Amino acid sequence: MSTIQPKLDEPVSDELALVQAAKGGDVGAFEDLVRRYDRNVFRIAQHITQNREDAEDVVQDAFLKAYSNLHQFQGQSKFYTWLVRIAVNEALMRLRRRRPERMVSLDEDVKTEEDSLPREVADWSPNPEQQYNQAELRDILTRTIQGLPASFRTVFVLRDVEGLSTEETAEALDLSIPAVKSRLLRARLQLRERLSRFFQRRENGKEKPEIGDTDQ
Amino acid sequence: MKCADFLSELTNYLDGVIDARTKAELEDHLAWCHNCYVVCDTTKKTIEIYRDSQLYELPEDLRTRLRTAIVSKCHARKKSGPERV
Repeated sequence: MSTIQPKLDEPVSDELALVQAAKGGDVGAFEDLVRRYDRNVFRIAQHITQNREDAEDVVQDAFLKAYSNLHQFQGQSKFYTWLVRIAVNEALMRLRRRRPERMVSLDEDVKTEEDSLPREVADWSPNPEQQYNQAELRDILTRTIQGLPASFRTVFVLRDVEGLSTEETAEALDLSIPAVKSRLLRARLQLRERLSRFFQRRENGKEKPEIGDTDQ
Repeated sequence: MKCADFLSELTNYLDGVIDARTKAELEDHLAWCHNCYVVCDTTKKTIEIYRDSQLYELPEDLRTRLRTAIVSKCHARKKSGPERV
């Protein structure tokens, strides 16, 4: 079985030059950095906050905070990793504000009953995503990932959706590498378990489950 | 190798960060354990589906609006001097 192929990095060779220019007051150079990463920051923010307005605010506030604190960026990490760290903190702050009744922390090492060995081991259809139209598929994927604890969801999004390395994810979230790996494994297994309900190979005549009818 | 051992190495295996000997042991396990084969294969599909899903794409008009707001605030901050946090 082949391994997951990492996303190809966009060229970052000119990035430090843009950061240096922005530090020197060139807003146009900073705008180039915004263009380069605004989509990523928006996706990450919406995955964490699960709210579109909050995600919009996070994009603005994260970039402004980055701009105001550029003098603190020393270039030991990639600018993007540094920016993600700011964006994740902004997003978590908003999530906590919206859900004060729930402790939201990246440090929480959530134990759930789904941590045990996989229960659903039915094989999937060869092209599972083609069993559903685009809107249905989007709904299934959104509901499923929203059911994960914030700490798992965030690690999964940074590693598997945004393509950060384990080391970059650890740096952006201020977690140890073993903590990132442990959360990633559990996030992947829990998502797999939940998606199996929708994507498993079906006998002829057996109906697909209703999308809204989930037990999350 | 037991199924639990396989699972604990699954992430390293899928990410391709594993030494040759452990990889061979895992693949030996996969060859006869159908359940682990299915779990491994469907976990890989889970990751690929999410990676290709394009959930939460930023619409172009909103993108422009956000960028314009950011840039204008950057200009304002530039005039008022650097902020020290």
